[in-house]
Amino acid sequence: MPLKQVFTKEEIERTITRISHEIIENNKGVKGLVIIGIRTRGYILAERIAKVINDLYGTKLDVGALDITFYRDDLSAISEQPVIHNTEIDFDIENKNIILIDDVLYTGRTIRCALDAIIDFGRPRTIQLAVLIDRGHRELPIKADYVGKNIPTSQKEIVQVKLQEIDNEDSVTLEEIEDDKEEDGKVG
Amino acid sequence: MIKKKTGKWVNKDLLGLEYLTKEDIELLLDTAVSFREILDRKIKKVPALRGKTVVNLFYEPSTRTRVSFEVAAKRLSADVINIAVESSSVKKGETLNDTGKNIEALKADIIVVRHNCSGAATMLGRNVNISVINAGDGWHEHPTQALLDMFTLRKKLGKLEGLNVSIVGDIAHSRVARSNIWGLTKFGANVTVCAPKILIPPGIEKMGVKITDNIDDALSSADAINVLRMQFERDDMKAFPSQLEYFKNFGITEERLRKAKKDIIIMHPGPINRGVEISSEVADGTNSVILEQVTNGIAIRMAVLFWVSQVRDKEVKNEINY
Repeated sequence: MPLKQVFTKEEIERTITRISHEIIENNKGVKGLVIIGIRTRGYILAERIAKVINDLYGTKLDVGALDITFYRDDLSAISEQPVIHNTEIDFDIENKNIILIDDVLYTGRTIRCALDAIIDFGRPRTIQLAVLIDRGHRELPIKADYVGKNIPTSQKEIVQVKLQEIDNEDSVTLEEIEDDKEEDGKVG
Repeated sequence: MIKKKTGKWVNKDLLGLEYLTKEDIELLLDTAVSFREILDRKIKKVPALRGKTVVNLFYEPSTRTRVSFEVAAKRLSADVINIAVESSSVKKGETLNDTGKNIEALKADIIVVRHNCSGAATMLGRNVNISVINAGDGWHEHPTQALLDMFTLRKKLGKLEGLNVSIVGDIAHSRVARSNIWGLTKFGANVTVCAPKILIPPGIEKMGVKITDNIDDALSSADAINVLRMQFERDDMKAFPSQLEYFKNFGITEERLRKAKKDIIIMHPGPINRGVEISSEVADGTNSVILEQVTNGIAIRMAVLFWVSQVRDKEVKNEINY
């Protein structure tokens, strides 16, 4: 299937820098800011955003990783066995401003799970959502506060985010699903 | 940081470690790492099994295992029903299979069963379409206990491959020993069993273990020992000399540990008999992980409940043949 390039390495880099600045602007600084990324690629983006902010402000922001498998409501419907990673949030989130980060915002169900999971750790002051790609097709009333790029997609397409740390390259591409291949169960 | 998990879980039931592959066991241990973290949270609960019903069906007395399964199921948001056999229809002559079929008809999703007959869980698993988890069957297997022992070992020592693990105590009557042997040998650990000769079952060496009746031999190169409870309440133990004599010859004491590795790990499935198989100093000492095992047991049972509940095509019966 033909691949359509959405983001190059340089564009991803610029987008992360821009979102980092927007986060600081919106929160009027870094006070009470913590960053939580959704496993797997949201966490990698979270670390990158934290690095940009830390380099700018000389801070050492807390970065957490969230695995939402146990909060999903579609475990019985997906075709592939879920891959379970660890949640690592070893700081207090009480009264913090949480920047929740994921790579692609799609149906909104992953974010719903993540919100439930975060609330189980305590009561933050705010939770703000940052995503690299918003591809539309929401099934829940969820909206991102920081968006790298809005991409109009059809539900037959897959947004493929690749990040250097695990995929050995930085890129975002749009790919059409082959007819005989069901979607891989990612709730987006 | 990102670990590659292998193993596709296809088992409707968890009947014993004999029937699992190394990859199956690895998946359970890895999943338990994620569940272990949940136990340290403020809200120790996730919705993974919301709407599912777990029935604890215990034909033998048990506090620790039953409570552990109950806590595990509740941490997963499942509903739990405990059937105490003393006050159930079993007293009126109902068979295990009929009880199981009735629990299935009540639309439960998972039966956790403990029974004094070896093979009881396997038989039940064949006869019902819902999931069956073996919480101990006779002298056969106690898979979740062995899994939590392996989880604790792996957490403490970082691996199972190549570890020297000695199991000390009543090997003959111990399902804990058998499940541990099945599990540990699949990971390439070196298992030694140590007991008075009458408590070593014939043929146990075929499971790939070393045998000794000398406790100092069992301790000398061990990275960990698993101390089993001496079941002196059993009728067939009446022929055995006194508890004191057992303690003298096989009891784990500080003095004996002086000859062992300095950081040897002391495990015990509980309940412990102080001054019989283990001294109080050792049970409460720095090498003991006995209470950690209890906490880890919840995480392991959560992992088992989680994976058996993921198997959708329950019509596929377990294909285990003796």
